[in-house]
Amino acid sequence: MHGLMNRAIQGFLRDTYGEDLWARILGSVRLHPDGFEAMLHYDDAVTETVLSAAADQLGRARDTILEDIGTWLVSSRTGQPLRRLLRFGGVSFTDFLHSLEDLPGRGRLALPDLGLPALTLHEPQPGVYDLTCQGLPGFSHVLIGVLRAMADDYGALVLLDHCGGDHDGETLRIQLLAADFTEGRRFDLAGEG
Amino acid sequence: MADAAVEPVVSIGAGALGRGMPMHLCLDPSGLITSAGPTLAKIAPMPLVGLGFFTRFDLKRPIGIADIAGLRGSGQRLHLTLRGAADTGLRGLALALPDGGVLLNLSFGIDLPDAVRQHRLSDADFAPTDLAVELLYLIEVKTLVMAELHDLNRRLQGAKSVAEEQAQTDTLTGLRNRRAMDNRLAELIDAGAPFGLMHLDLDWFKQVNDTFGHAAGDHVLQHVARVLTGETRLHDIVARVGGDEFVIILPGLIDAARMHGIAHRIIDRLNEPIPFGDKVCSISASVGMAISSAYARPRPDRMLSDADQALYASKHAGRGRATVHSPDG
Repeated sequence: MHGLMNRAIQGFLRDTYGEDLWARILGSVRLHPDGFEAMLHYDDAVTETVLSAAADQLGRARDTILEDIGTWLVSSRTGQPLRRLLRFGGVSFTDFLHSLEDLPGRGRLALPDLGLPALTLHEPQPGVYDLTCQGLPGFSHVLIGVLRAMADDYGALVLLDHCGGDHDGETLRIQLLAADFTEGRRFDLAGEG
Repeated sequence: MADAAVEPVVSIGAGALGRGMPMHLCLDPSGLITSAGPTLAKIAPMPLVGLGFFTRFDLKRPIGIADIAGLRGSGQRLHLTLRGAADTGLRGLALALPDGGVLLNLSFGIDLPDAVRQHRLSDADFAPTDLAVELLYLIEVKTLVMAELHDLNRRLQGAKSVAEEQAQTDTLTGLRNRRAMDNRLAELIDAGAPFGLMHLDLDWFKQVNDTFGHAAGDHVLQHVARVLTGETRLHDIVARVGGDEFVIILPGLIDAARMHGIAHRIIDRLNEPIPFGDKVCSISASVGMAISSAYARPRPDRMLSDADQALYASKHAGRGRATVHSPDG
């Protein structure tokens, strides 16, 4: 798995639970003391080991940790550049949802070897969307966190459900209850600061 | 022959034109601006409609177009700036209209990021088909990736310095370096093991460097390294501790006569001419020695300095010699 994704897991754990927890996880995993490098690749098994070590240490389910990583990715201080990149996807939350199918392509524009999973969006009825995620098991849980934080960012009110997975991938259901529930956060094309 | 007039004519309302081409200008046959797209109107410091195109815009390239007929016939990419906003470069295409006027479609060229910042443009200011927003996305991504790579390079540089710091090998000759020599010396003394110490300095090495250049010098040093390794035992330590200075540690060897023997074999071999390309380099070596059993409590710095003194005596006595330090002399 790409180092950037591993770095996200590492960043979330250190940021949220502190250096002690991260040191304990590092101790139980065969990894360089400096942790993950963003621009290198790691065996998927290493990522899984880190995640299960974190789940053990925290006494929490792997899926909820992944979901929290998703939220952290967008709403934390560290996540601000990513939040901006996602906001380039559209001017409204609906627009943003439709841009998700382009996400792997946008990822490839940034880093040809990033390897984001394929995403497919269906709208079975107005305001209800099914997002299917193929490849990279667990990514759908990260997406729930990302979508929750992005809905906040756009000021939209949404209901998110994980519908489980099968051999066709993992599916999320997104119900858009109000597109303009709050003011949302401003997005300036030219950048902030 | 086909005439431009028989081509199907597309007519489009001003609103739709503004949405599809938010940076367009319509000029009448006299060159007056009759309509301007909303984004162009937004970045213009003064109103555009009703004014002459050539009074509001400077056409940079192609040069020599000064009237509406020139614009109608231009057919290629135009580079222009808006007066009063000269730092925002624009590019465009002029299309001849059937009424004798011109439709100009403009865009930001490579100055897009500056223009977006300066005029606080948003997604809505660009046509939905425009890839301007994707370009901004890419610039932002590129900046982030560059920052990550920069960080990675900085960390690798740091790790490289540490690795060099911890290295035990002299890169040119493959011999041990001073750090390795210091470590081994301390180990032997800590263990109370007897050993002989040889400090060897090349004679005439500077002349080789000065006469034949540094490549010849490097070649000679590598030759010396082979000689020293060849004339010593596997568990002896041969270290290059300076430009043309070497230290040899000989564990278990405290017999002055045997040490002299080794030193002279080394000197004899180093006295042989060393071919370098079509040239021949000549050097020699002086050696100073110290033996651990001569000290009640040997200390590394003391032994090194005594060997150095003995080396100085060898040099003084005419080079190409070996001297054992005598504690009482």
